[in-house]
Amino acid sequence: MKEYQTITEISGPLVYAEVDEAIGYDEIVEIETAQGETLRGQVLESSEGVVAIQVFEGTSGIDQNASVRFLGETMKMPVTEDLLGRVLDGSGRPIDDGPEIVPEERQDIVGAAINPYSREYPEEFIETGVSAIDGMNTLVRGQKLPIFSSSGQPHSQLAMQIARQASVPEEEEGDDEEGSEFAVIFGAMGITQEEANEFMQDFERTGALERSVVFMNLADDPAVERTVTPRMVLTTAEYLAFEKDYHVLVILTDMTNYCEALREIGAAREEVPGRRGYPGYMYTDLAQLYERAGRIQGREGSVTQIPILTMPGDDDTHPIPDLTGYITEGQIYVDPDLNSQGLQPPINVLPSLSRLMDDGIGEGLTREDHADVKDQMFAAYAEGEDLRDLVNIVGREALSELDNKYLDFADAFESEFVDQGFDQNRDIEETLSIGWDLLSMLPKDALNRIDEEFIEEYYREDDSEREVVEAAD
Amino acid sequence: MSKAESTETTISEDGVIQSVSGPVVSARDLDARMNDVVYVGDEGLMGEVIEIEGDITTIQVYEETSGVAPGEPVENTGEPLSVDLGPGMLDAIYDGVQRPLDVLEGKMGSPYLDRGVDAPGIDLEKEWEFEPTVEVGDEVGRGDVVGVVEETVTIDHKVMVPPDALEEGETTEVTAVESGSFDVTETVAELANGTDVSMHQEWPVREARPSENKKTPRTPLVSGQRILDGLFPIAKGGTAAIPGPFGSGKTVTQHQLAKYADADIIVYVGCGERGNEMTEVIEDFPELEDPANGNPLMARTSLIANTSNMPVAARESCIYTGITIAEYYRDMGYDVALMADSTSRWAEAMREISSRLEEMPGEEGYPAYLAARLAQFYERAGYFENVNGTEGSVSAIGAVSPPGGDFSEPVTQNTLRIVKTFWALDADLAERRHFPSINWNESYSLYKDQLDPWFEDEVADDWSEKRQWAVDVLDEETELQEIVQLVGKDALPDDQQLTLEVARYLREAYLQQNAFHPVDTFCPPEKTYLMLTTIETFNDEAFKALEAGVPVEEIVDTEAAPRINRIGVQEDYEEYIEELKADISEELRSLY
Repeated sequence: MKEYQTITEISGPLVYAEVDEAIGYDEIVEIETAQGETLRGQVLESSEGVVAIQVFEGTSGIDQNASVRFLGETMKMPVTEDLLGRVLDGSGRPIDDGPEIVPEERQDIVGAAINPYSREYPEEFIETGVSAIDGMNTLVRGQKLPIFSSSGQPHSQLAMQIARQASVPEEEEGDDEEGSEFAVIFGAMGITQEEANEFMQDFERTGALERSVVFMNLADDPAVERTVTPRMVLTTAEYLAFEKDYHVLVILTDMTNYCEALREIGAAREEVPGRRGYPGYMYTDLAQLYERAGRIQGREGSVTQIPILTMPGDDDTHPIPDLTGYITEGQIYVDPDLNSQGLQPPINVLPSLSRLMDDGIGEGLTREDHADVKDQMFAAYAEGEDLRDLVNIVGREALSELDNKYLDFADAFESEFVDQGFDQNRDIEETLSIGWDLLSMLPKDALNRIDEEFIEEYYREDDSEREVVEAAD
Repeated sequence: MSKAESTETTISEDGVIQSVSGPVVSARDLDARMNDVVYVGDEGLMGEVIEIEGDITTIQVYEETSGVAPGEPVENTGEPLSVDLGPGMLDAIYDGVQRPLDVLEGKMGSPYLDRGVDAPGIDLEKEWEFEPTVEVGDEVGRGDVVGVVEETVTIDHKVMVPPDALEEGETTEVTAVESGSFDVTETVAELANGTDVSMHQEWPVREARPSENKKTPRTPLVSGQRILDGLFPIAKGGTAAIPGPFGSGKTVTQHQLAKYADADIIVYVGCGERGNEMTEVIEDFPELEDPANGNPLMARTSLIANTSNMPVAARESCIYTGITIAEYYRDMGYDVALMADSTSRWAEAMREISSRLEEMPGEEGYPAYLAARLAQFYERAGYFENVNGTEGSVSAIGAVSPPGGDFSEPVTQNTLRIVKTFWALDADLAERRHFPSINWNESYSLYKDQLDPWFEDEVADDWSEKRQWAVDVLDEETELQEIVQLVGKDALPDDQQLTLEVARYLREAYLQQNAFHPVDTFCPPEKTYLMLTTIETFNDEAFKALEAGVPVEEIVDTEAAPRINRIGVQEDYEEYIEELKADISEELRSLY
């Protein structure tokens, strides 16, 4: 391995060095500063005689006398089942004072694309215990379902609730799954120490840490490292899922910080920027992360992703949520208005969507009436929402009896169905049962999306049948 | 360069890599022409020449370039990117450069896509039963069919004289032809001018296959989707765009078309979209029945899957691969429908490559040639008279994914300038689960007039009048809704309230269609028509009742009419509709 002291230019996170041998694209580099500090980087562009290196830890402390070593290989993640229970930094080094990690394998962090022919279509229901998700936007194993949130919203609590509850039915059913276990991999990118502590405390309080791997890149850690963290996370996830048969739930927070880091590198390289200064290849880059969710034929495990992103200005046409929405299989919206009304979790189901839902619900999976109930509730809630605007102008008295019922429905939907609290875990039966309570507020012939058979079976003719008695006003 | 030939490498001049930046590699001393296919680096990654400047050649590489270093060799094949054409393309799934994904899985022995592994687009060893349709002594011209192979249960693959074997108008004599079992490389017919015809042809993807001329399309591509057939039909040989923000149902609409459109051949191009969606197609289509003949749907389908995480350069080429395959079946006289999901990802791939080349960007960073490329692609669709005298068509339906759902962006705008059918997907409709969420105010079809005669002959004489009636009611509703937003429904006069009620049936029963319901998912044009007449019956009877003095509340409150909403799910719809019409009339007449 040759050492060079040939740095010609240092600019932002980039270092340019002259070389006299062929250096591979994406290769890993170590830079030793005059103070004896070792920094790591990656080759971004390799030409004859000169390479551009992106330094993960930032370039501060590097001068033109620093020595550069090319390791001759692309970035690898040492993986082993023993990673479960460990806390690592954003580059995959342990920071929990635990024993040294003895890797079983070292895998390239830029995972190769899964052959679409080898995939297995996800259709196994994951019970998250959250009605707004299970009932209306069901999550399935192998799906990538992001949470679209904005600053100041309780998206972390929602993510923790899912991570905590999603595991429970899994362990109960453990037998017929031939020992497939559940694991959570948590990738933090640029979040504050405080947020990180909340997650850690929750992990420790619920004992979830022992089946989790935590990667921490905090707000004051180098931004460039953030471009590596999710790849470390997903490499570990793929290993546990497809080689060790775990059902892995990956939580990535916050994707916005990741994209900011991409933009920073793009700017430093003087690339032609795309929308709002983000690089033109951001779609491809994000796809290379999100598409690592899924199931593979003949393998037991699965990788399910819940990336969290805070939409700048709560605007979902911003490039980050926009490109994400085009890649992921749906999205869950956390709504500031519902949050200020005190709903927990403040999920707005109307713009939310789970694309894989239709194949993951129904007879044998959840319940035969699930799809119809969902469709009807969406329609009725949307109707009620529309009427709210009108009520502000003309008042309730000017509306028909049916319209008033829709208004009551919308109110009850929020207070009974959505607002369940971050600690309540509802099974799918309970969720659907509450759904029928609410739908029974409407006259039977308004339920035009539900099969008559199901109306016969589940419609509550009078209030006494209702399990939850609500007071809409 | 076709992969069928890659075994016998025809090296022209080798070069050396000078620099690597993502999918763009530049090489020194490479003697190459534009668009030549080259093999890059020690691993032999496939790439294409996209720029030549002095002795520096720029190459876009169709595979991941991690680890590739300057100094490694570049080998030129001297031929442009081509596809292998021949029996075996149906029931197949390819990546963007026509590598069969099932074969790759076997070759790589892994569910992940490895690098530097190549495979021909069609199986070179498989033997097919060839049945000649010409005899020795017959005169044949370019494109003429010399024999037939049963490719799948649905499709007879016609073996044609390559279009470049003869000049236009020239004919030559068949000197030998044989029936029997052959693989695709073996000669099945010999021509007097020295051409050996085999079942295998190659064609450069960026070049349209020749045709005699283009005709005005007059037959609809019947999709079994009410809003499309009924209001915004596309012709066989037509072009359509489906733009919409994420979650508005582009892919479901494309899938529905691939499943139920009455084309002979479907080419489905998944361009930069989700892996799981392609898996869904791969898992579902073999089990679904072709509505025309009950055979497996895959027997008429060729899939091209270049998902969003697969190399970006191959995403740029997958559209061309798809349309070349479509043109080849068109030459046999088939009606082919090509779905491209999504053309925006294709445009983005162009943008990405263009920006790595440091070209001067046009609007929103897209290259200045974006509009030209889109036009070139859609122009390859059409209703054609082929060089062999048969008629065939390629219909192109492109999904567009505008950032933020904003239709004013360059890809949508440039597409709309070319295509004649516009199905605008609407996030608001999707949010309230109105599917297919095609906005009836914004969408249009310029084929309506030329297709009406077909519908009037095949379905009903008053097809176009009924459609106009529905459009008028929906238009009126849109205007009335604006007033309702301000003053509430009850403030409207009775007749307008009734119009709203009629429009509601149009929206909820007619325009909405449940893609996941076994019956409702496919609606033949007859049913589409009858459903409309049922709603019109309600309209006519209700207005008569209103004129007779029946209060609007009572009319709205009748019991028969809501059954209109269930027509969609009826298998024996004729009987149901007849009964329903009678019940509606009877009930409404009983009110006065």
